[in-house]
Amino acid sequence: MKLADLTTSAGEWLREDGPMHDVVISSRVRLARNVAGMPFLSKCTPTQRVDLEWRLRDHILSAQPAPGMFYVDVAAANDLDRQLMVERHLISRQHASGMEPSVKGGAKKHPNYARGVAIGADETIAIMVNEEDHLRMQVLRSGLQLEQAVEDIFRVDNLLEDRIDFAFHTRYGYLTACPTNVGTGLRVSVMLHLPALKMTGEIEKVFRAGRDMHLAIRGLYGEGTEASGDFFQVSNQTTLGKSEQQIVEEFRDQILPAFIQYEKRARQSLLSKNRLAIEDKVTRAMAILRAARLITSEETMYLLSLVRLGINEGLVEGVTLKTVNELFLLCQPAHLQRILGRDMTAQERSETRADFIRKRLG
Amino acid sequence: MDNKCDKCSKPATIHLTDIVNGKKSEVHLCEECAMADGLVKATLPLNQLLQGLGLTQGGSAGGALVKSSEPPELTCEVCGLTFGEFRQQGLLGCPHDYDAFAPALEALVERAQEGSAHHMGKVPGKAGRDQKRATALLRLRANLRTAIGQEDYERAAALRDQIKELENG
Repeated sequence: MKLADLTTSAGEWLREDGPMHDVVISSRVRLARNVAGMPFLSKCTPTQRVDLEWRLRDHILSAQPAPGMFYVDVAAANDLDRQLMVERHLISRQHASGMEPSVKGGAKKHPNYARGVAIGADETIAIMVNEEDHLRMQVLRSGLQLEQAVEDIFRVDNLLEDRIDFAFHTRYGYLTACPTNVGTGLRVSVMLHLPALKMTGEIEKVFRAGRDMHLAIRGLYGEGTEASGDFFQVSNQTTLGKSEQQIVEEFRDQILPAFIQYEKRARQSLLSKNRLAIEDKVTRAMAILRAARLITSEETMYLLSLVRLGINEGLVEGVTLKTVNELFLLCQPAHLQRILGRDMTAQERSETRADFIRKRLG
Repeated sequence: MDNKCDKCSKPATIHLTDIVNGKKSEVHLCEECAMADGLVKATLPLNQLLQGLGLTQGGSAGGALVKSSEPPELTCEVCGLTFGEFRQQGLLGCPHDYDAFAPALEALVERAQEGSAHHMGKVPGKAGRDQKRATALLRLRANLRTAIGQEDYERAAALRDQIKELENG
């Protein structure tokens, strides 16, 4: 299994039939862990970092926590491959750019900074080595599948814990480089499609309520990305003082149902009051996608979001959710270049993207 | 503003404006009197510290108004990180920092974690024994770094052996 094999289709997390898929695109859980007896990365010498990467890679590959798991040396990978992994949510933007955590003088860009990622064949499990913490393991699944994701992540954690001593404190729990992750080291996030709340302008209200519930709301690619468009990543901020189970249950039983209900109510209200206007938006979006000769990544996202809403509300025929989900991914810059097998300028990408979409939408 | 404190004659540093039923009233207090009145909490540096880390949601009443002297600089004896560097960067240098920076860090963690500073989740099977060993390893590695820096290779070799022994033990 190699990185190149991943390009042509979407990972499990973009499957069209995940539970509650009309609102919940994907569920993600991640654990932050550090090796006991080693400094955090900002205080590691270059030798220690390399040593950590080798040791952790060996442990992961011998534990095989996911079928067909393979390791990518992110420092040695080219820019396109790094970007490809970001687009597939296998690594963070920081991990791709190689920001070296450094206490003196702020984070430095250091592309050769020893780091990597282990990826399971179906891409639901990915383990970043030497990101902000020594290990950042994640499970990413389609739709609302938090239980399954949690079960998977603790299986991975237990397998690795048999081989590695993690830094642990009786009072603070699992120790992390940033105290905002300390304790469980658990971050639960869901990616939501909230086009109706965006259209009705209620999204701000929902965000405020979310912040009162100690949630972080971000854009499509997590930390450091703007919450723009119709896709939002909602995650817990509290990692200490609650058990893992409690964090997940709050998310599943209180937080998510509220978000889903708000969005569904907004959709119903839009459709009962302005059905024609919504149909118009959706069918126009479809028409542009089927006709455009040049199209940017942003416009594609915007229009696909409308089409996605249209499919879920029965306003569009002749195109499946599967196709739309795949287009979301495959129209991103790195994927497009990978599929076409060459580097392209933004202008060339716009043309190629438009061609690609027209073919897929028939 | 060169107002004096309403209660004593020291210069006032806290200026409060209250508007009740459309009536405006002003209070000027020095830091001590304000603290005695409970208007300002004594844990002021924390506030600035959290703002530095971007953890506050807007300034809280009173605290943001007051400038207070910094606490004495805490330094981790194992990794050498100072509390000031941590505040700038938001990242700790080694697991021992959690003990080295207590209780300043504890207050900060509580603020960032919904008022809680006690782990309630998963515990690794062999946690107790490992914690001591982990700190010992950290110290040995810090010493190794110094030894290499000083080109004291004999000592470095001895330290490396100790690390290996402890890791396998």
